[in-house]
Amino acid sequence: MILMGSGQETACETAAYLNARGEKVGVLQVRLYQPLSASHFLAALPASVKSIAVLERTKEPGATGEPMYLEVISTLVEAQIEGTLPTSVMPRVIGGRYGLSSKEFTPAMCKAVFDELRKDKPKNHFTVGIVDDVTHTSLDVDANFMIESDKVVRAMFYGLGADGTVGANKNSIKIIGDDPDFYAQGYFVYDSKKSGSQTVSHLRFGPEPIRSPYLVQSANFIGCHQFNFLNRGDVLKNAAPGAVFLLNTSPHEPEEIWERIPRPVQEEIIAKKLKVYGINAEKVARDNGMGTRINTIMQTCFFAISGVLPRDKAIEKIKYSIKKSYMRKGEEVVRKNFEAVDNTLVNLREIPVSAQATSTIELPPTVSANAPEFVRNVTAMMMAGRGDELPVSALPVDGTYPSATTQWEKRNISNFVPVWEPNVCIQCGNCSMVCPHGVIRSKFYNESSLESAPKAFRTAPIDARGFPDIRYTLQVYLEDCTGCGLCVEVCPAKSKEQTGRKAINMALKEPVLEDEKANIRFFETLPEMDRGRVDFSTVRGVQFLPPLFEFSGACAGCGETPYVKLLSQLFGDRLLVANATGCSSIYGGNLPTTPWSVNSEGRGPAWSNSLFEDNAEFGLGFRLTADKHLEYATELLKALAGSIGEDLVDDLINAEQTTEIDIRRQRGRVAELKQRLQEIADPRAKQLLAVVDQLVRRSVWIVGGDGWAYDIGSSGVDHVLASGRDVNVLVMDTEVYSNTGGQMSKSTPMGAVAKFAAAGKQIGKKDIALQAISYGNVYVARIALGANPQQTLLAFREAEAYRGPSLILAYSHCIAHGINMQRGLDQQHLAVECGHWPLFRYNPMVHESNENPFVLDSGRPKIPLKNYAYNEVRYKVLAHTNPKEAAYLMDTAQQGINRRWSVYEDMAARSGDTFQPKYKP
Amino acid sequence: MDLTTTYMGMELKHPIVASAAPLSGSVANIKRLEDAGAAAVVMFSLFEEQLKHESAALEYLMTAGTESFAESLNYFPEVDDYTVGPDNYLELLRQASAAVDIPIIGSLNGITNTGWIEYAQLMQEAGAKGIELNIYYIPADLTTSGREVEERYVGIVKAVKAAVTVPVAVKLNPFFSAIGSMAKALDDAGADALVLFNRFYQPDFDLDKLEVAPNLQLSTPDEIRLPLLWIAILHGRLRASLGATRGVQSATEVVKYLMAGADVVMTTSALLKNGIDYIGTLHNGLRTWMELHRYTSVQQMKGSMSQRKVADPTAFERANYIKTLESYKGDYL
Ligand SMILES: Cc1cc2nc3c(=O)[nH]c(=O)nc-3n(C[C@H](O)[C@H](O)[C@H](O)COP(=O)(O)O)c2cc1C
Ligand SMILES: Cc1ncc(C[n+]2csc(CCOP(=O)(O)OP(=O)(O)O)c2C)c(N)n1
Ligand code: SF4
Ligand code: SF4
Repeated sequence: MILMGSGQETACETAAYLNARGEKVGVLQVRLYQPLSASHFLAALPASVKSIAVLERTKEPGATGEPMYLEVISTLVEAQIEGTLPTSVMPRVIGGRYGLSSKEFTPAMCKAVFDELRKDKPKNHFTVGIVDDVTHTSLDVDANFMIESDKVVRAMFYGLGADGTVGANKNSIKIIGDDPDFYAQGYFVYDSKKSGSQTVSHLRFGPEPIRSPYLVQSANFIGCHQFNFLNRGDVLKNAAPGAVFLLNTSPHEPEEIWERIPRPVQEEIIAKKLKVYGINAEKVARDNGMGTRINTIMQTCFFAISGVLPRDKAIEKIKYSIKKSYMRKGEEVVRKNFEAVDNTLVNLREIPVSAQATSTIELPPTVSANAPEFVRNVTAMMMAGRGDELPVSALPVDGTYPSATTQWEKRNISNFVPVWEPNVCIQCGNCSMVCPHGVIRSKFYNESSLESAPKAFRTAPIDARGFPDIRYTLQVYLEDCTGCGLCVEVCPAKSKEQTGRKAINMALKEPVLEDEKANIRFFETLPEMDRGRVDFSTVRGVQFLPPLFEFSGACAGCGETPYVKLLSQLFGDRLLVANATGCSSIYGGNLPTTPWSVNSEGRGPAWSNSLFEDNAEFGLGFRLTADKHLEYATELLKALAGSIGEDLVDDLINAEQTTEIDIRRQRGRVAELKQRLQEIADPRAKQLLAVVDQLVRRSVWIVGGDGWAYDIGSSGVDHVLASGRDVNVLVMDTEVYSNTGGQMSKSTPMGAVAKFAAAGKQIGKKDIALQAISYGNVYVARIALGANPQQTLLAFREAEAYRGPSLILAYSHCIAHGINMQRGLDQQHLAVECGHWPLFRYNPMVHESNENPFVLDSGRPKIPLKNYAYNEVRYKVLAHTNPKEAAYLMDTAQQGINRRWSVYEDMAARSGDTFQPKYKP
Repeated sequence: MDLTTTYMGMELKHPIVASAAPLSGSVANIKRLEDAGAAAVVMFSLFEEQLKHESAALEYLMTAGTESFAESLNYFPEVDDYTVGPDNYLELLRQASAAVDIPIIGSLNGITNTGWIEYAQLMQEAGAKGIELNIYYIPADLTTSGREVEERYVGIVKAVKAAVTVPVAVKLNPFFSAIGSMAKALDDAGADALVLFNRFYQPDFDLDKLEVAPNLQLSTPDEIRLPLLWIAILHGRLRASLGATRGVQSATEVVKYLMAGADVVMTTSALLKNGIDYIGTLHNGLRTWMELHRYTSVQQMKGSMSQRKVADPTAFERANYIKTLESYKGDYL
């Protein structure tokens, strides 16, 4: 086998294993590829070699083979021509691919390749590691072939991102790896969510260097740090016979846990003769003042029972490490952690395993039986962590991917959820507007619909005069709630009797779960709102528009997603989104599920992500395509007017498509047109049918973060804004590259700490609003949902209504700011109050009548910058590391704010004719 | 004229001292207090709770969302040497003590036993000439008895006294059933001074927002009455020095407190309202009053109207209350 990169180690390990059992196989490791030295290569090739497989981690579409395969073939052929071939006959050479899309490459796969080489007619251009049931290029792999040595401790840990499992494991590696007698290895697998994410840690410890760069195949220790994971996927799949299984039993006690373990899991434990230990880790954490952080507790258990080190030595090492890392925080903290370690050992229990499975609890299905077929067969596999088993035929052939799938996940990541109080509620719609996860829905409906309502269904008379029969319900989709608490924070209504209670309050989920599930089912039977009857201009009205972006995996309380959700509510199925790479492309488009959704007619936004750098141009392409299709449709309409009917054609071409009612009417006309086209024999009728939907005005939005808009994609953004075309650019400004962990962008404000600006950013934020305004024909708005939701709404609608380019800069609080996310909207408010984020709109349509197009929507700064900034760790940390510099930067930034404000104020007061004139076609 | 006074063993050039407040938040301000004529400065309080909270908050917020998502394993650059805990406070204390000649007194508000002792020692090491314990505690638990509260105070004083060599003052609140006996107990426990009285945090209600609102109001001159009463009663009966705090707006209140028996008179609200230089105005005002009324030393004034020295000692007790009731009639009607 010839290959390069990390796969070599696996190949060598496998070859050594097989040779020890009498086979004759070998690996040639390529260390320098291109220039490939033919002489060295030939010298390294044993004279006895008969068959060669060249393995590559790349696919070269259209080529006759992958690059190294071609190099090997030509080197061998040249050698044969020149008579320098080391072998007596030309060896047989096949090429194959492995590891694409980060697929695993295991000893079993290596063995499959060696086995293939031995065949009379081995597959050439094969793949290994996927099941290709379409072109049948893949090799069969024996999943039971494992070569991991028992001298090595192989441990797997299933944890939540938030419970600190990975951090604790990294620490364990440090502790054990520091011991000269041990070699250690770790690899961490994350899912695609930023809230409630699952992590799987793979650790190996052994007396010899570890040469197994693949995931643990057969584990002799399995730690399951969340009890409910037992219901989600098969955590014991990789357990070796006789392995130790450590279970966090919270919220239950270890003494009562056996009966609560689902029957199939019990059976697996019994069949594999696992040794089971349990601890109520959350209770121990709570009792030791460590809140919900169970990591130290589970780590202690691992040290105590895994047998990597003798127990006493292990505990001593853990304590030493605690002391080292917490000394800085004071003796009290060290003492508390020591105590937690001791209490852990006291509370750790071995769980007696019965001879037969006794549990009556079965595993729930991954998704509801009501889910669409694709979700049941494909999505559910990925959700259960078995996506690698999906064959090629399971995936859509044309590159489109089914949307509206997050609704089937029901992640249940929060134990606390909001509960609505109909009597206190003023039906303002604020909570539903701000919920980053689309969890809160409202409907109004006729009283008569309530006949079949479940008893616990909550309802109130609509808060509007003259509609005595109309009821209102605010429904919380509690299984999809992340518990961020933003909805409660924003609720302005307070109970008269108990001022601490609002119209929506966080409560334990468990007691209300079953009732609310029934309520949701009923709520879904209530008719969806007629978009023509909804008042799009107010927050109160918008709550009745169902979001077509829901239940994303963004951080709990994310400041970006409410804007995305609002887009989907306002422009619904006319929306075309070009999404730059960033958080929004991850929570918006990552597998296994898609938050972009569809309405009750099955229509939804179309969304795609191209790259980080080219997104603006990508979106402009959407516009040009839509315009070209429209032009073509119009041409055909005119040409076929005689057979379609002049009136309809006229209406279709000249339709005013501004309000939702206009759009509804146009949709009606298009439906009518489709029908008439069916009856027209002219072949152009078919062509028109292909583009007919483009007659409904497309709403093109180019969406991304500040890293994209201010930095990497900035030339594209500028180019697109200068194109004059009807596109809308939405920048969700978190003031850092959030998705990659908080690197500085040109949007990062002065004085804030970020990666690459660890000493505090020394240059102020770029004002791309002023840049865009300088063109004169670009609609520009700066918005902050938490400060003024009504202005946010207005800006979205104005930008969309304007038939030229628009730029909206949306303040987005973010976990990378180091804030209590529950207070995210308050921070938005303070950002505006201190003048860091002035709200304004520059509307070229206003300028058409020569009025001043620039309107300031927020008042003069009322509070100093530091009153806003020092609520955030990104600023505060500098005050701790370098107080002098922090004070200087804060002072300079404050001056910057004062000066910029006076520029804006001056602009707002100028007369219309001092602004750039606009070209009028 | 001799304005000097002795306060917990410290010789001060006069009795006017800046009490604990944010005014002492920077070396520059402390320097200005000295230049304006303050005889000593009590630093703002180090709140153990706040330190703990801050350190926990930083830790929590810097690690929130970490190790959860492959592309963003954390959100902040690695910082090893950030200072949380008392470092900033101690550094300020150290620099201020070096920069000025007047004594700087550290002020401490602790919640745990270890906290009181550890931080008091650190303050002493940083150059504090004395420690003021701001024992700020609302016994909202209905099962806590008065006796338990008192024991808590005494316990803290004993522990701190045993840990430091500089003098220790206790800033008291007036909510004890028997302030006299409490004062005596603290005196016995080793307190070197009692400062009467702290103003307690009493929140207000915001009726627009229907929220409980912190509402810190500056004091008014009528507020001197309660401390005045107790200083007058305690003067001459304890080993500990007496400090007066509350309601000083002009030299008048300074004179009254001294006559009641205070060894020092402290001020914050007046300085917040009128600026740091106002401490000079108070100082001049005291001097002018003494000149006008021909006093030659503060010593002479001190306690001259205390309970033990007035013509009618009952004036401070219930009889006095009755007199007040009667007095609306006028003596000669
Ligand atoms: C803004 C402010 C902050 C204060 N901070 C403290 C403090 O940290 N520790 C303390 O013991 N007293 C503190 N105090 C109380 C003052 O030291 C003083 O005892 C009280 O204000 C009464 O005196 P005055 O009437 O001269 O203001 C503070 C007072 C104010 C107004
Ligand atoms: C050309 C290129 N460079 C780097 C990356 C890696 N990358 C993916 S997302 C991202 C940061 C996105 O930041 P921002 O645009 O501010 O959006 P946010 O994540 O804050 O929403 C980076 C650097 C990439 N995908 N492409
Ligand atoms: S707690 Fe957060 S996620 Fe849950 S409903 Fe409220 S805003 Fe939405
Ligand atoms: S923008 Fe910030 S808060 Fe939102 S998902 Fe990204 S990292 Fe999380």
